[in-house]
Amino acid sequence: MILVLAYGAVLLSFASGLLAMMMNQRQHILDLSRYWFKKFPSANERCQPFIADSLEEKQFPVLLRQTVFVLLGLSGVFAVLAGLSVLIGKVVVTDQLSLGLPWLPWHVRFDCLSGFFFLIVGIATTAVSLYGSGYVNSYDESQHPFAVLGLFTGLFVAGMLLVLLADDAFFFMIAWELMSVASYFLVAFQHENAANRRAAFIYLLMAEVGALAIILGFGVLASFADGFTFSALRESHLSTTWASIAFMLALLGFGMKAGIVPVHVWLPEAHPVAPSHISALMSGVMLKVALYGLIRFCFDLLGDVHWQWGVVLLILGTVSALGGILYAMMQTNLKRLLAYSSVENIGIIFMVLGLSMIFMANGHPQLAALGLLAALFHAFNHALFKNLLFLGAGIIHHQTHQLNIDMMGGLIKKMPKTSVLFLIGCMSISSLPLFNGFVSEWLAFQAALQVDVLDNGVLRSLIPVAAAALALTAALAAACFVKVFGLIFLGLPRSHHCEKAHEVQDTGMLAGSSLLAGLCFLFGIFPGLVISLINNVAGQLLGETLPNDAALGWLWLAPVSAKQASYAPPLVLIGAMIAGCVSFWYLRRDPATAIRTAETWDCGFGGLTHRMQYSSSAFTMPFRRIFAKVWIIDEQIDKDMQGAMNQDVAAVHYKLRIEDHSWPRLYHPIGHGVNKLAQVVGRIQTGNIRVYLGYSFATLLLLLWVIS
Amino acid sequence: MGDQLMNWLIAVLQTILFVALAPLLAGWIKCCKCRLQNRKAPSIFQPYRDLIKLTHKQPVVSEQASWLFIKAPYIIFSATVLAATVVPLIAIDLPTSASADVIVMVGFFAFARFFLALAGLDIGTAFGGMGSSREMTISSLAEPAILMAIFTLTMTASTTNLSFAISHVLNEGLILRPSFVFALAALVLVAVAETGRIPVDNPATHLELTMIHEAMILEYSGRHLALIEWASQLKLMLYGVLIANIFLPWGIAETFGIQALGYGLLAIMGKLAVLAVILAIAETLVAKMRLFRVQEYLSFAYLLGLLGMLSHIILEASR
Repeated sequence: MILVLAYGAVLLSFASGLLAMMMNQRQHILDLSRYWFKKFPSANERCQPFIADSLEEKQFPVLLRQTVFVLLGLSGVFAVLAGLSVLIGKVVVTDQLSLGLPWLPWHVRFDCLSGFFFLIVGIATTAVSLYGSGYVNSYDESQHPFAVLGLFTGLFVAGMLLVLLADDAFFFMIAWELMSVASYFLVAFQHENAANRRAAFIYLLMAEVGALAIILGFGVLASFADGFTFSALRESHLSTTWASIAFMLALLGFGMKAGIVPVHVWLPEAHPVAPSHISALMSGVMLKVALYGLIRFCFDLLGDVHWQWGVVLLILGTVSALGGILYAMMQTNLKRLLAYSSVENIGIIFMVLGLSMIFMANGHPQLAALGLLAALFHAFNHALFKNLLFLGAGIIHHQTHQLNIDMMGGLIKKMPKTSVLFLIGCMSISSLPLFNGFVSEWLAFQAALQVDVLDNGVLRSLIPVAAAALALTAALAAACFVKVFGLIFLGLPRSHHCEKAHEVQDTGMLAGSSLLAGLCFLFGIFPGLVISLINNVAGQLLGETLPNDAALGWLWLAPVSAKQASYAPPLVLIGAMIAGCVSFWYLRRDPATAIRTAETWDCGFGGLTHRMQYSSSAFTMPFRRIFAKVWIIDEQIDKDMQGAMNQDVAAVHYKLRIEDHSWPRLYHPIGHGVNKLAQVVGRIQTGNIRVYLGYSFATLLLLLWVIS
Repeated sequence: MGDQLMNWLIAVLQTILFVALAPLLAGWIKCCKCRLQNRKAPSIFQPYRDLIKLTHKQPVVSEQASWLFIKAPYIIFSATVLAATVVPLIAIDLPTSASADVIVMVGFFAFARFFLALAGLDIGTAFGGMGSSREMTISSLAEPAILMAIFTLTMTASTTNLSFAISHVLNEGLILRPSFVFALAALVLVAVAETGRIPVDNPATHLELTMIHEAMILEYSGRHLALIEWASQLKLMLYGVLIANIFLPWGIAETFGIQALGYGLLAIMGKLAVLAVILAIAETLVAKMRLFRVQEYLSFAYLLGLLGMLSHIILEASR
């Protein structure tokens, strides 16, 4: 039954992709239906007008689009149901598909870990499909055909679901490549821009290099096992060295997909250029699939984890979290900013995962379960709020044709509903209490504070520092999203487009975002709902759950023991409502003190304009100064002079370019190296046929010598 | 059940007491400062009069303001009151301190700050943006430092629940722990920065070059301003109580008898009065820093917190 749901999800997403291909086949469908109905004259009379009606020239694309997204949404719902049923049932289901090569059937295994990620993919896909049909309306069919978008969206979702189902290395890689390649086409969807093509190429390149590393990682494992099925790989016994090599390869491969610093560079390139609902899926979900791969590889397949790996994850995660948010803060393109913020959140997840590994290797499986729980819960939360923010960015782009936050402003009055949804996303990602982001961060702190149980002095001083870095990250994230919300929605409109913007009309777009916003709030107040599910994952994966199941009731959250730490979000919510209502009621009862509106105080000079507001670069100036070494900052101020002796300033031009250190430090040297190598190799290519014949002859001689 | 109800009642009363006493502390600090600066001091009840006066005035709101600007004071005030429920004032073991721990308390402050900064950006004047930007900068440096100091304490007591942490300190008796000394110093430095006192910010000035907190709330008037002022007085008192009750918890009520609670109240008022005098002296002696020196100040606080943590791990942990 569970597998039927899971397969159903996969098949439905395939079906939605294939159906999208019908976009340009209206005439064929019409002919086909006529042909079929000729055989049934009675049905013909009743159905023909209906079909002809709905397949009318104008109606057809709308109907087809809606059907495609309904199928995609159903796929999401099926995935959620499959995930929930396996998580609640705590079962493991296996199957063999007679697909693929005859002697290599595809193995399928569906356990709690897969189920949990199914849940993430499912929720995100459902929200995106509600949102999608309204969003893709704005694309010009002749330039950006829906057939392409719909097909690859379906394949992309199917690929992600198959990765989660795979139980042998071959199937895993095939699904992985399906996911990567389908998303490449989605990134390259608006390929008329050279920048978009470049972004898509970088993405494809890094995805393939990552895939190579993963294949090599599986290869290392497989050389110690008989066969490529995961159950065979689990049995393999590796020496510490080989296990570490396999771990490093997997970390490189999955880390590249997940966007860990320094292999994160494709994210800020690819996310802004893809359509918003696709960026939402890529950032919210695909990165999580990479995370799934890493967890599956390390905790499940490799078996015994080493604390050194945990330290590697911890350090990489800390660097990514801090780097990600600092880079995010400097961006002015909203989607680029969100992409960097994904780097930050993935960093946090890796950090906590590293903690979990350290605890596991030191023989504290309960604390490892706590760490894993925090990591998975944060992954879940990030999927919700990052999806929400990307969908919100899509709405803003749809309505204002702008992604530059320095050109926005004042949208809170023009787009009241969107602004509330976006605010919820900003509050969740800034990890404010009452929202889900806070709970996972709180759990991460709780895991980090259990460091006293470790014997290793270095670890005991390293982990608290990482926890402090986490605190810094959270505070910087709050600053970053104050900037985002403040510049986009508050203040005066900074451009003509924003002044004329109005609320989005499509209910689906708002419904998709509202679903996610509602879940962000729900799981902020009742985190126990998800945590008890994740506890089952930890039980299956680590063989250990959190100590006191009773303490994880719906009201209280006490991960270690009630004496150590507890948090009761519902009570906090009640307290907040009481305090808010009492002060509100008390202060508003006197009608003599009704609010009076007046002009903004302009210090008596008159004429406040939008140019006088703080801009993005002004808001982040103190950060630029404090953390100056983090970026490559190119700041230029040119003044146009006029008047006698050129003494008066007529205009000031301010230019600010901020770049990522990883390009000049890492990628350009690699690029140069490859070019150099190519030149060296190129020397043997003389272009002269006699020389080539000589090469062949020499090779032949060499081979003969080797054989004899 | 009756006991439970009683505990909740005491918890609510304690919170009300917290909220009610906050302006008194502000008045007392102002009084001490005036005396030290050879000025005639206003009555220590002056902040109450100011608040009452503000609530009776008609608030003037800019035409540009959105709902966020009008709702933000209530949100800021509620979040700060919630933070006050977490911190034990006169008694420990109250049920409210179990519903949220010290990390959540820091979260409440972040919540209040988030909305304060947004409200600063809402009108679209340069002052508001400047204040928001500076406030977020300082707080993002202060938050790791405060958590570092708090982590040192919570690792010693192995709990993040303030109530349990305080009773742990009470049970241990007066031991001079090097980690506590460092953490205390770090917490004091951060508290000064977070509550907007000299040398980081000057609550008594409206000079655009220096102001941080005042710049954000420049557009507020009437009851909105009253709520924000009250919230910042409450925040000051919260940090004071935190420092007083964690490092010198003696006197706090461990049982809920009238006598014990009365002693608890007297003890905390005494401790706060002394702390306020120290703060007033410090504010009189020290000049305000340049804005970009604040980072050095806060990284020093962070370093102290880190030293506290390391000395706990190296010297004190029982292994």
